Amino acid sequence: MNWTTYHKASSVAEALSLLERSAGRGRVIAGGTDLVIQLHRRTLNAEVLVDITGIDDLRRIESHEGWILIGAAVTHTEVAASPLIRRHARVLSDGCARVGSLQIRNMATLMGNVINAQPAADGAVPLTALEAEIRVVSRGAERWIPMEEAYLGVGRSAVDATGELAAQIRFRIPDNDGRAGFFRVSRRKALALPVLNGAVLLRPDAALTRIEKARIALGPVAAKPFRARGTESYLESGPISPDAIHEAARIAAEEANPRTSRIRGGERYRREMIRLQMTRLLQDLLAFPQAPAGMGAPTPPGGASR
Amino acid sequence: MTHDHTIRMKVNGTPLEVRTRPDRTLLDLLREEIGLTGTKKGCEEGECGACTVIMDGRAVLACLTPALKADGAEITTIEGLEQDGELHPLQKAFLDEGAVQCGYCTPGMILSAKALLDVNPVPTADQIKESISGNLCRCTGYTKIVRAIQRAVEGNR
Repeated sequence: MNWTTYHKASSVAEALSLLERSAGRGRVIAGGTDLVIQLHRRTLNAEVLVDITGIDDLRRIESHEGWILIGAAVTHTEVAASPLIRRHARVLSDGCARVGSLQIRNMATLMGNVINAQPAADGAVPLTALEAEIRVVSRGAERWIPMEEAYLGVGRSAVDATGELAAQIRFRIPDNDGRAGFFRVSRRKALALPVLNGAVLLRPDAALTRIEKARIALGPVAAKPFRARGTESYLESGPISPDAIHEAARIAAEEANPRTSRIRGGERYRREMIRLQMTRLLQDLLAFPQAPAGMGAPTPPGGASR
Repeated sequence: MTHDHTIRMKVNGTPLEVRTRPDRTLLDLLREEIGLTGTKKGCEEGECGACTVIMDGRAVLACLTPALKADGAEITTIEGLEQDGELHPLQKAFLDEGAVQCGYCTPGMILSAKALLDVNPVPTADQIKESISGNLCRCTGYTKIVRAIQRAVEGNR
């Protein structure tokens, strides 16, 4: 026996009052693609489920005064297909298009990808690079939490879904001339957990000589989506050059902490893949030709697969 | 304490009212309460796609959908495809192309393909492959499955 009551809330206020009445025995459910498994396995318990996906206010993607706002009921499919997101934050639509499988993306919400708090989350990694924040509401209170503070550990969110509702994601529309990209390494193209993923946003100056702002997030190389701050400040500190790209990729591989994992591969391999993927992505974004063999990463026969 | 809930939904075009325990999944509701066993139970973890149904126009996994989430929804299962004794073009194409081996993945495959064709009647080969990328076939039959969907698409041209 699992949950005994299932409510479809029609407003945020109703959802909060249902949670309050459940006094810790309730829990917010959105797409349910993680939660239903956790409840079946008894790794989480809830007597009352409060479904928020029917709340109209949470179903919107909108832009407002330089911000993009995404409601908690918006699915990965909707983010991936949104013209607004594709135009202003392609790195996020690309990440969302790689989550789980088509059916999972049709069901699962981007907010759920954040609240489930997995460091490999293909939606949360770009949101971390976008320096997104999430709006958390409870009875009589409301706060915005930066992505990096939304995690207490692997699988542990700073949002208490038994009493609070994470209602919205927001980030500033990046003014980076479209220089942003997402990479993902996985065993198969579909239905495979990422061995690694990463999101990079660069804002170069007009002459393309220096990088004014770099934001880089990598996963799963720490307990939460990892901001590669050492790499960011290196890129912001000197002129753009092929050597600087290689050095930045090396720093990223060094400051990340990928662990050896049965499903994701060995630590040395994964570190090398960070270096390789970062080199390629930075070269792409800065319109540098791919390095010849020997200078950059070794290219396997038949070309590299991405 | 368990309260029975009443769910109203439209399954394959027919409005239904079903009483159920609150913690059932849509998959168990379809198979055990409504008797539509064409929707298959595979991994129950969202990995295999065997339980794929179309809910309000989108392919979803019935094994991860709480039955009560589907209250008020329109559901299409494999049983809803045949019309007046005539197989759906996708079903015919799967048979004609030999795209069915053990058959366990077939209902999910066909519904994933139908969800695509409903919004995009003439998809590219890549779009077809993407549409069934969440459905596993362990008889290694993907080539014939893709060919079958392409054959059904020919009829839409």
